[in-house]
Amino acid sequence: MTLNRSFLLAILGLTLGTGTAQAAPPAQTKLVQHGAYLVRVAGCHDCHTPLKMGPKGPEPDMSRMLSGHPEGLQMPPAPKLTEAPWGWAGSLTMTAFSGPWGVSYAANLTPDKETGLGAWTEAQFFQMVRSARHLGQGRAILPPMPIQNLQAASDADLKAIFAYLHSIPAVKNKVPAPIAPAPTPIPMH
Amino acid sequence: MPTLLPALLALGAWPGAAKAPAPPRLLSQTGLYAAPGLVAARNLPYAPQYPLWTDGAAKARWIHLPAAIDGRDEAGWVFPVGTKAWKEFAFGGRKVETRLLWKTGPGTWVFASYAWNEAQTDAVLVPEGGLPDAAEVAPGLRHGIPSRADCRDCHGQERVEVLGFTALQLSPDRDPGALHGEPLRPGMITLKDLVARRLLRRARPDLLSRPPRIAGDPATRAALGYLQANCATCHRADRPIPGLDLDLRPAHALRTTAGAGSFPVPGQPESRILSPGHPERSALLHRMGSRDPIAQMPPLGTVRVDQAAVDHVRRWIADAPFVPSH
Ligand code: HEC
Ligand code: HEC
Ligand code: HEC
Repeated sequence: MTLNRSFLLAILGLTLGTGTAQAAPPAQTKLVQHGAYLVRVAGCHDCHTPLKMGPKGPEPDMSRMLSGHPEGLQMPPAPKLTEAPWGWAGSLTMTAFSGPWGVSYAANLTPDKETGLGAWTEAQFFQMVRSARHLGQGRAILPPMPIQNLQAASDADLKAIFAYLHSIPAVKNKVPAPIAPAPTPIPMH
Repeated sequence: MPTLLPALLALGAWPGAAKAPAPPRLLSQTGLYAAPGLVAARNLPYAPQYPLWTDGAAKARWIHLPAAIDGRDEAGWVFPVGTKAWKEFAFGGRKVETRLLWKTGPGTWVFASYAWNEAQTDAVLVPEGGLPDAAEVAPGLRHGIPSRADCRDCHGQERVEVLGFTALQLSPDRDPGALHGEPLRPGMITLKDLVARRLLRRARPDLLSRPPRIAGDPATRAALGYLQANCATCHRADRPIPGLDLDLRPAHALRTTAGAGSFPVPGQPESRILSPGHPERSALLHRMGSRDPIAQMPPLGTVRVDQAAVDHVRRWIADAPFVPSH
């Protein structure tokens, strides 16, 4: 119902030619703003917006906002941390991680259809959070993605986060697949 | 009143009853048995021609149909409200779990699993989140009972499907080469019985004379049947996984596996999802043959490689009988 209304309002905004063609109804704007706030305070940028070296040291590369581990940055084999209690390592971009779970890369959260969340429905986002499975139905989501924090968010907050992530500029960036700690070869006997 | 309430809920007549009722606490309360160990006569045993691999579990299945199935859409039979299906899993001769699918309203289904007790006398409802450690299936490997959210990954979210009770699965034109195919035992219900007992309505008139059959040579038929039961529950275009074009239903599998995919076989620059003539370059085989948690396919419900299936699919890809020029 609310969807129909916002759709109508959007059409009205377009046909009347008032303001920009993108003008979103106030309820949607509020939702997106709340989502932006949540994504910021929940620290999603920490891992999903790559760091670059700036004049004052590492800073988030906002031209790649929330687009995950940069496709062009191919990581060499992870260092072996043999001296416990050191247990895991991360890239300078804060987007690639190596630990007992293997190597994981922060995902592209922008609305790009092929490489980001563009093809996801809100229901799939909810399913991913509740099941803690990759794409809502695959393998378990890997560390250090704080999935348990998202699981503690209310439905309203999850809606806002998803709406915000769908509103930001799409960045085409294909994040590599994770790597298992010890790949098992195909049995060829 | 105590008996009326569940009945009302089941009929969807309770004001504002949007949610399915809770499943009973014990398997013995679900209507499967007439007496301890004796399955009620109204629950019909059956065996799908293409079973799901669950680490070698022996399976038994029963269905209760309170009225006829609407079979107009051959790929999406509509079951009557009140339908219940059970599937029992046994490892090493011991019953471990029995799963229940129960249609409680036009659009509501209850999913539940029951874990068998030590004495094998009854089984207790498993919590919503599943039971990770239900039985040992091989030295050091444990069978986990999936969570109720996991059930829906395969059986469907809004449109729930009874995956082993379909026109193809019950076809009298049974595939003799089906992997882990179970023989029909006396008393098991078939498509023919369904029609004879008027439990299937509005199906096409030539359903029995031209029953569903996967096209192709015997090796292709068995391979595609396996992928249908074990993979196409998730990999199908009408339930898209974001970013994936893979559709492993028999009519689409060969076409949608031609690409490189997003998860190449490690160390294979020419990797394809399926590379005819080249099993070593085929990500589909690599992932079927893996049980490392990141690569394994299916991603849940199994901890042991299905070696018979890996062997068959490897030979099938190597021989590539589905490629005319090969
Ligand atoms: C500490 C680093 C870190 C933080 C903080 C973080 N993420 Fe992630 N995120 C990751 C990693 C690593 C992955 C990849 C995990 C995988 O491949 O299983 C990921 C994956 C994802 C995915 C893709 C899930 C899928 O299906 O594979 C989504 C969506 C996501 N994160 C959203 C968020 C949101 C929203 C926040 C803020 C609440 C957040 N992340 C905070 C590291 C992080
Ligand atoms: C990996 C996919 C998958 C998951 C997860 C799964 N199932 Fe199934 N299930 C199937 C397939 C395929 C069949 C039919 C083939 C067979 O019975 O061997 C089936 C059959 C059944 C049957 C017999 C009726 C029918 O559909 O043919 C029941 C009952 C059932 N499942 C219940 C459950 C419940 C309850 C859960 C969760 C606890 C669950 N299943 C999880 C794939 C799955
Ligand atoms: C419970 C759902 C589920 C089942 C059942 C399942 N898959 Fe998958 N599959 C996924 C998900 C989710 C992905 C995407 C994430 C990934 O690659 O791990 C995937 C990815 C894949 C890919 C990679 C596709 C690409 O574009 O790179 C292949 C190949 C694959 N699966 C093959 C299979 C095979 C073969 C089976 C049956 C033996 C199977 N899957 C059963 C959920 C499933």
